[in-house]
Amino acid sequence: MNEDTRLRTPLGRAVGLGSAKEGVAHWWAQRVTAVALVPLVIWFVIDIIALTGSPRGAVVAWLHAPFPAIATVLLLIAVFYHMALGLQVVIEDYVHSEWLKISAIVLNKLVAFALAAAGIFAVLRIAFQG
Amino acid sequence: MAEFSLPQNSKVGTGTTHPAPGGAKRTKAFKVYRWNPDDGKNPVVDTYTIDLDKCGPMVLDALIKIKNETDTTLTFRRSCREGICGSCAMNIDGTNTLACLKAIDDVKGDVKIYPLPHMPVIKDLVPDLEHVYAQYRSIEPWLQAESAPPPDRERRQSVAERQKLDGMWECILCFCCTTSCPSYWWNGERYLGPAILLQAYRWLADSRDEKTGARLDALEDPFRLYRCHTIMNCTKTCPKGLNPAKAIGEIKQMMVARR
Repeated sequence: MNEDTRLRTPLGRAVGLGSAKEGVAHWWAQRVTAVALVPLVIWFVIDIIALTGSPRGAVVAWLHAPFPAIATVLLLIAVFYHMALGLQVVIEDYVHSEWLKISAIVLNKLVAFALAAAGIFAVLRIAFQG
Repeated sequence: MAEFSLPQNSKVGTGTTHPAPGGAKRTKAFKVYRWNPDDGKNPVVDTYTIDLDKCGPMVLDALIKIKNETDTTLTFRRSCREGICGSCAMNIDGTNTLACLKAIDDVKGDVKIYPLPHMPVIKDLVPDLEHVYAQYRSIEPWLQAESAPPPDRERRQSVAERQKLDGMWECILCFCCTTSCPSYWWNGERYLGPAILLQAYRWLADSRDEKTGARLDALEDPFRLYRCHTIMNCTKTCPKGLNPAKAIGEIKQMMVARR
């Protein structure tokens, strides 16, 4: 038991700071991105396997077409959104030092955002410039 | 960080061995966790070998026999000896269960007995349940309604409405499920755990209760409710055959339904 909560009543400790009144949005977004990832990943893997051994020009031409470009951007959004949500849960589960937990969660969000931005930029560059 | 090894003063040593009485034909060894708050020593595992021909069929019978005949200092909770009070919840053969419902014959080899996992120990097999009881109090486990009951009768409920409470009213609050849950081990200070969430759903599912919204408000929290990752240890271990994981799933569905 924490030294500074030693004299609190058991109910006081159990109630703590009260309910955050959030969590459902996070949970639901995790399910929705998971569902979205099923067709996106299957499509992406099939197309990438089909492109195995193709020359650079063929791959660029593939990503230049509207459907693969849009679907790949959607895939990147879903992947990094889902990753950020999932990693946050892992951090909340296992990191118990408060400042470390908060910094890890913020860093996780920023890194996911940066990776998604970089990925989308790369796709758009090929899609628009070829 | 989460602790994956026992703190230095909780490391378990080897204790005393009590051999079977002479002339015993069918024997079984019981390896029991012992810790005394007063002697300042680390916990140990004592071994008691007992004569099965002079013992009842359940693990609780063996514990009572040991306490009566071999070692009166062995401390454990028990009361009803028929699976309805929840007092003798402990970890037997690696699974949380009630000692009174666990047959000795179902255990292969030595019977290893520990207190419920990851709870503060008061002595031997007696865990400190103060925090889970406080968490139970925090969900206000009683009927709450603005409307007055009819003056001439009880609050009415259809057969179908009443059936929604089946699988929940049977819970005896032994906390086998809560203490089997890794999420509760790591975040038990804030996560309510399967037993309390099952009870919370028992009141959410009650057609007579009018505080459903406030109850959901109080539960909607990344830690109180959403630490459940559907690990299913709770449902697997429940000695009453109940399904706390399903109840938690129902709460999560209600959270989405009211958005």
